[in-house]
Amino acid sequence: MADLAIASPSEAAAESAAQLRRGRMLSVGARCALPVAILLGIGFLAPLVAIFGYAFATPRSFDVFASFTLANFATLFDTSNTVWLSFFWSCGLALLTVAILAVVAYPIAYGLNLVFGRWSALISVLFVFPLFVSENVRLYGWVLFFIKSGVLDGTLKWLGLPGGPEVLYTPGITLFGMVYTYLPFMLFPMTLGLALVPRDLVDAARDLGAGRLFIWREIELPLAMPGILIGMLLTFVLAIGATAEAKILGGQSIIVISHDIEIAFTYSQNWPLGSALAVVVTFFIGALTLFALSKLDLDRMLGRR
Amino acid sequence: MGHKRTNAAIWSWTLFVLVAIYLPIVCGALASFNKSRYFGFPIKTYSTEWWQKTLDSIEIGMIVKTSISIALLVTVFSVVIATFGALAFARYEWKGRKLYQKLILLPIFFPQPVLGLAMLLGFNAVGIQTSWMTAVFAHMIWIVPVVTLVIAIQVYGFDPSLEEAAYDLGCSRTQVFREVTLPLLWPGIWSGMLFAFLLSWSNFPLSLYTTGADSTIPEWLYAKMVAGYTPMVPALGTMATLGAAGLLLAGGLVGILLRRRAAA
Repeated sequence: MADLAIASPSEAAAESAAQLRRGRMLSVGARCALPVAILLGIGFLAPLVAIFGYAFATPRSFDVFASFTLANFATLFDTSNTVWLSFFWSCGLALLTVAILAVVAYPIAYGLNLVFGRWSALISVLFVFPLFVSENVRLYGWVLFFIKSGVLDGTLKWLGLPGGPEVLYTPGITLFGMVYTYLPFMLFPMTLGLALVPRDLVDAARDLGAGRLFIWREIELPLAMPGILIGMLLTFVLAIGATAEAKILGGQSIIVISHDIEIAFTYSQNWPLGSALAVVVTFFIGALTLFALSKLDLDRMLGRR
Repeated sequence: MGHKRTNAAIWSWTLFVLVAIYLPIVCGALASFNKSRYFGFPIKTYSTEWWQKTLDSIEIGMIVKTSISIALLVTVFSVVIATFGALAFARYEWKGRKLYQKLILLPIFFPQPVLGLAMLLGFNAVGIQTSWMTAVFAHMIWIVPVVTLVIAIQVYGFDPSLEEAAYDLGCSRTQVFREVTLPLLWPGIWSGMLFAFLLSWSNFPLSLYTTGADSTIPEWLYAKMVAGYTPMVPALGTMATLGAAGLLLAGGLVGILLRRRAAA
């Protein structure tokens, strides 16, 4: 207010021009967002509405929006339904994936920020590249590695050792596959998060005599938290929806929740039941994502000055 | 001093993880050069027979063409939409921006197999026959948000006063967009294009439900992994990987040139 009182006429004019420009930018921003909004409205929201509609349709029918019944949800919430076992497996594996990845990715994220120097860019690219190779191909590579008389087994035998362990088609290898597939999704948000930690703060703490563990716990970790949380959320959500690992490496030794949804849609031809299950999963993931995202400032994360 | 030791530990851990990441890709490449139909290691006879068969196959040729068509169309459409999306995300101050920034992330956080099924349902509900063209649309739902983020990072680093100076000098909005905004954003847009093409190229879960009778490379590979393995599976997989690597390398070089020109 005080600034306004002493503003000269020319400054006031500049002020109103800036206001005008801000007004123009407001509409420009909304207009720029329009194509994305339309695309996601048709391609993301509408299918979810369709799934929602199917979830309340008569079981084993295709009368979407024509019938209304809660029978599908009743089937799901029936305690004898094995779908809860799948849900439990998916959640458990996802939680373990997140926990393991946090430990695996942290040193690398730290290195990308502070240790690798001019090698950082190359190392980042090497971690991004696998995203451009279909996960089928990469997971199948592990099958070739672990399979009987595969790369591991063959090499060990060639060396005169008893041969590799039989790890394929177990829940453990499914977890391994998930950790493998989702590493970049933990690594990059974590790297962004660690980049937010001001180094002079750490130096100041060190000068004042703080130990390394103390600095890590009291400064680095809390300040990098937004990035770490995004990474954890992203890996958790993707791992909940993962199917390829359980199918290719796990050999269907466990059925994960997305696989159950697929089964309902394909083999059992029960679209309404599959939809009801998808609705439950969508609500679970949606609530979790929106809750976590509401706590984050994306402008700061992605580097707005 | 423990500092050096920590750094060495971080280096070795990172290199170890990198080796693990590329190990299965190497295993696939090895299997593709195995002469006998079934894989056994160490490989007794190496041959390029399966590579030749893969290159000669008419069926695979069509599948590769489908994959390329989808990826090209996805790239073109996604980048146009995402460039504006990124400006709305990072450049302009507007009322719904904070909400928009979060909503646009939802498709990325959504399990792709379920998204693919939901879209199949959606197409079915409005009576659209699925084919490779519906897959283009399906890929875009996931790729446009990713590309928007990629371009947004470039937008954050750009100085809005350059645009305003152009306005003050009397440029029209289209002129400013063409002469100032676009050239400054080119490096980000280029990265976005690479992401769009390569993510579409490697996508499996969305293609599975939305390509109808057509098939993409990852779909074909999966079908053969489940039933009917031949060394053509790792051969095509390795070719797809090499193709992606070549594109990334060439694209990266162009990107470096673009960045250098933008900085000059």
